Amino acid sequence: MADEAKPPTRRSTPIWLYLVLGAGLFLMVVPFLWMAISSIKPEAEVRAVPPTWWPETITMDNYVSLFTRLDFPTYFFNSIVVALAVTVGNVIFGAMLGYALAKLVFPGKRVVFGLVLGTLMVPGVVTFVPLFVLTTNLGLTNTLPGMFLPFLAAPFGVFLMRQFIMGLPDELIQAARIDGAGELRIFFSVILPLCGPALATLGILTFLGSWNNFLWPLVVAQTEDKFTLPVALALYAVGQNATQYGLLLAGAVVVVIPVIAVFLALQRYIMQGIAMTGIK
Amino acid sequence: MAQRISPRHVDPTRRQQAVAAWVLAVPFMALFLVFTAGPVLASLGMSFTDIRSTDMQTPFAVGFTGLENYTRLLSDPLFQKVSLNTGVYVVLGVPLTMALALAAAVGLNRITRLRGLFRVGYYLPVVTSIVAVAVVWKFLLRAEGGLVNTVLSSVGINGPAWLDSTTLALPSLVVMAAWRNLGTLMVIFLAGLQTIPVEMKEAAEVDGATSWQRFRFITVPMLRPTLLFGAVITGIGYLQFFEEAFVMTKGGPLDATRSATYFVYDQFGFGNYGYAAAASYLLFLAVVVLTLVQFRLLREKD
Repeated sequence: MADEAKPPTRRSTPIWLYLVLGAGLFLMVVPFLWMAISSIKPEAEVRAVPPTWWPETITMDNYVSLFTRLDFPTYFFNSIVVALAVTVGNVIFGAMLGYALAKLVFPGKRVVFGLVLGTLMVPGVVTFVPLFVLTTNLGLTNTLPGMFLPFLAAPFGVFLMRQFIMGLPDELIQAARIDGAGELRIFFSVILPLCGPALATLGILTFLGSWNNFLWPLVVAQTEDKFTLPVALALYAVGQNATQYGLLLAGAVVVVIPVIAVFLALQRYIMQGIAMTGIK
Repeated sequence: MAQRISPRHVDPTRRQQAVAAWVLAVPFMALFLVFTAGPVLASLGMSFTDIRSTDMQTPFAVGFTGLENYTRLLSDPLFQKVSLNTGVYVVLGVPLTMALALAAAVGLNRITRLRGLFRVGYYLPVVTSIVAVAVVWKFLLRAEGGLVNTVLSSVGINGPAWLDSTTLALPSLVVMAAWRNLGTLMVIFLAGLQTIPVEMKEAAEVDGATSWQRFRFITVPMLRPTLLFGAVITGIGYLQFFEEAFVMTKGGPLDATRSATYFVYDQFGFGNYGYAAAASYLLFLAVVVLTLVQFRLLREKD
């Protein structure tokens, strides 16, 4: 009798679905686990055929080599500086223009909006040749500013901030105007404090994007002391260290682990950002 | 007597707003014009010239060659090869990534427990550097002692040298890329699935529809705009395929994995800036066409 009252779809989830999803999850993380396990094996064991599952000898030699034979602290520093600069630039400038486009009336608004949104889909490969000519003529090749300046103002940030700020009530702004607040003051002390979640999302996505960016740093960095982590790793992977798997895998761990840590800590904001814009 | 007032004085707050808006817009727009919009146009301009790396100091003193770069590209066997490869990346990569992402999203949508854990796990590769992931996969796909072939040999299959084969290298890179990218689409699809009213599925179930029929005749049509959007952003991504091939195969063997972006990078390295710019614009054209096709398909539905 009580059973008949139950809605038809409220069945328990079949166990096989959990098994299939679990197998999928295993396939998603196993490359990372194998990377981490292999990076603490000695070089000879890394190349062993067939491979050992668990390291017979655990060693930190590969990590030590990143510091002694290669210059990973420098690459790490370069990656951090570039990613932080790009993040700060995009968050500040994106929020400013995003607010103007969302809430203010001004001549040229449609042109600005069209111009910025029109380049949202332009592949990076289209601009890098003239950018290189420009960067060279500005004397910025092989410098960190040369790496971050071209990325300080990206359309994605404007788009995301505009979407978010459009959802804030107009009454807030009108009330502040009646109270006599200046237009810029309204932005900085009324709007910006309400943008926390959107700024966090934009900041994290921008940081990750910059940390993983490859083509432009590859082109601009010409000496090792200006390499970012992905550039260093890629050039070692195709260069004379190509078969030093232990070393390369330790390098991959250093590139990947900070990002995974940030993601696990802040994944809520990342998922929100994708849901909000549909773009990673 | 009423003063004559020009319209712009009617509303002083309007003027303040316009001034404030431009103050807020100027930093972004200055950087944007110099480093994005300018180069987009400059690239188009360069594609009609014979500019080379030696013309760096005098970019405006180079020879105008009209469409020559483009006609040369279209008859360049290597460009034909990389265009074909790029097409194959898109044609193989988009359906594979979408199918895996949709399966994951539909699965996650049906479970109640551990959904957060699965979502994070499936999304994890997306946030990691393609370069680092490519290094790891190159190691996994080694012919001797690679994890993939070790697992295969345990079930009696003698795995090939994936990345050294002109036929297998490109599909191997596609599988790796699908593994890395499916998380983005999964999150987008999951958000789309949650907008489908539960009542519709329940009604269909009462009417005796099987779960495949519900998927085929309710979920897929309701999700159509989301699926199309997903197909386009994934397609745009695969059109720009580069890092995976750079790290794992250097574009080889015999250019079997060289992509259009890789071609642009190579030509840039050779100093052929005009030629590189023209190739990048053809790639841009492909992106635009793909985007327009999406809008067309979306409108047909309405």
